[in-house]
Amino acid sequence: MSQQKHCQSGIPTFSENHSWTVVLIVMDNLVEVDNMTFRRVDRVIYEGISLKVPKGKITAVMGPSGIGKTTLLKLIGGQLLPEEGDIRFDGESIPDMSRSKLYHTRRRMSMLFQSGALFTDMSVYDNVAFPLKEHTKLSDDVISTIVSLKLQAVGLRGAAQLMPSELSGGMARRAALARAIALDPDLIMYDEPFAGQDPISMGVLVKLIRELNDALDLTSIVVTHDVTEVLTIADYIYILADKRVIGEGTADEIRNSDSELVQQFLKGEADGPVPFHYPAESLSSSLLGGAE
Amino acid sequence: MKFFQSIGAKTLAKLSTAGRAALMLFGALVAVPKFKNVSLTIRQVYVVGVQSLLIIIVSGLFIGMVMALQGYTILVDYGAEGSLGPMVALSLLRELGPVVTALLFAGRAGSALTAEIGLMKATEQLSSMEMMAVDPLRRVVAPRFWAGMISMPMLALIFSAVGILGGHMVGVDWLGVDAGSYWSIMQSTVEWDKDVLNGVIKSLVFALVVTWIAIFKGYDSIPTSEGISKATTETVVFSSLAVLGLDFVLTALMFGIE
Amino acid sequence: MNKYKTELMVGVFVVLTIGAILLLALKVANQTMATEGDTYTLYAKFDNIGGLKERSAVKVGGVTVGRVTSISLDKEDYTPVVELSIYQQYADFPETSSVSILTSGLLGEQYVGFQPGFSFDGVANLEDGDYLQDTKSALVLEDLIGQFLFNRGSDE
Repeated sequence: MSQQKHCQSGIPTFSENHSWTVVLIVMDNLVEVDNMTFRRVDRVIYEGISLKVPKGKITAVMGPSGIGKTTLLKLIGGQLLPEEGDIRFDGESIPDMSRSKLYHTRRRMSMLFQSGALFTDMSVYDNVAFPLKEHTKLSDDVISTIVSLKLQAVGLRGAAQLMPSELSGGMARRAALARAIALDPDLIMYDEPFAGQDPISMGVLVKLIRELNDALDLTSIVVTHDVTEVLTIADYIYILADKRVIGEGTADEIRNSDSELVQQFLKGEADGPVPFHYPAESLSSSLLGGAE
Repeated sequence: MKFFQSIGAKTLAKLSTAGRAALMLFGALVAVPKFKNVSLTIRQVYVVGVQSLLIIIVSGLFIGMVMALQGYTILVDYGAEGSLGPMVALSLLRELGPVVTALLFAGRAGSALTAEIGLMKATEQLSSMEMMAVDPLRRVVAPRFWAGMISMPMLALIFSAVGILGGHMVGVDWLGVDAGSYWSIMQSTVEWDKDVLNGVIKSLVFALVVTWIAIFKGYDSIPTSEGISKATTETVVFSSLAVLGLDFVLTALMFGIE
Repeated sequence: MNKYKTELMVGVFVVLTIGAILLLALKVANQTMATEGDTYTLYAKFDNIGGLKERSAVKVGGVTVGRVTSISLDKEDYTPVVELSIYQQYADFPETSSVSILTSGLLGEQYVGFQPGFSFDGVANLEDGDYLQDTKSALVLEDLIGQFLFNRGSDE
């Protein structure tokens, strides 16, 4: 059965050739999630999902809130361990890494948290300088130059000496973005970058994500539920719902998808395959049952 | 059946908490000390030590004064007011210095440590540090732990010294105990290794316990406003109880019957 | 946060602590470490040691010359043996010295009163490990009262 499948898809079944194919895939994708299952206490968050994040592209992961999109990013960052399946970063399995190896690998990735997660006891400048001071032995002059450049890239060079509490939400997120790119990572993960932003800061962030991705040759993963923004910048989109990947493709493919679920999500319909009601016994039986 | 099951579940939960606390401390302390961490520790000594200084000095002064007043009214009946000096000094060095300092430290610095680390967790600062390949145990927890271990004995010594001076103020300057006998009987009674050093050892043990509880409660808190407020309360309650309980054990070991 | 100010305040903190340690070391505690340097040991057998404890003082005319280091019971004649550790600077007590167990004040602690004996030809000095022959036991209140009543009874 499986051999038939291989033949149909045109992949030779010789083992040497097969492994060669795998290497090719590894070269193309920076992050691969392979048939991964994750459960929190006894609630299943993901059941056998697989994703591929190609190098140099912006990959979006969409889905209704509350399905653990942030969890996915933490799994990729190695902060959580999957129950089954594998997550590979540049061909190496994250769950199998030793602690020091994991910390080494994390220097190549960075994550923009929803809240920005700036260190509240340091100025914006020190926040951006933090990863540089921790991981490099650069002189203060060089660090100062790099920080200025990174802040310039997000348009906050003038705010270098402000404290995080003095920044607006959008500015804090941009400052955190400057910190995230301080070490010139290969991968940057955005956790809900558009949530709670006014239209202008939203536009600024969309532009920044696209431009940084192209200018710094980054690979980006954007986790969000803001459909319109993502469709304009993402090269490839995964839609998650109900523990699974329910749709994937380029922006156009997603728009023209014939899946009811995907369409419900894109159009923002209140009811559909994703039900409006949290699972419960039917209202009439609940009320009548109470009356009896 | 259910009764035993609930006992078992609670025991397991407590054990796993203790295990996590031990792992956290271990993770924080195996760090190879770097020069950078020394300056971080000094900064934390400022936060937990220097900022507790005022409350320690004021409390020490008043406790010394009250003890002199109380002790005088009792001792004068036996004509033994000359023993006021050793009474004040011994109580402070052996008991009140380490214990009251630890209690005040738990309320002043311990709760602040818990709240700070808990909020860092709630605002994902610890998580983002981890993603920047910086171990928060070494960067955040370790300097605070060492700062507590350094600050507490220093505060306890200052507390005792100020208390003895406060006792002098009330006993000698106000109630008219002879200054010579206040100091000389104190000197002949108080022993450096037995009283002063044992007090410092007590203080170190309390520092370990209070700082450990404070840091762990913050690090292990549920990252919501409710969770942090609960963790802060628990820090003060647990560390105060631990200090008082341990004080009894330590006193029995150090000064107990031979 | 100003780094200079932080370091300055921590410096003040350290200085305050050193001040506290100096006060405790010089004015509050007696430096037993310094005086305990060199000692030699004497033994004394008493019939009754009363409330004498380890670390009680050994005094000559009110001057502390040593401490009690241990108290034990002689296995053969079941009398208490007190080990006295005397500071080396107070060596050369003659063999005729006597010790008694005294009480400081009415309610005070008990200590060992050391009475140096007369020194004349043929009397050697006490040396490390020697036993003091002339000892007076502690006064026990019950014995005193009993003696007093007995004397009254015999007078009549």
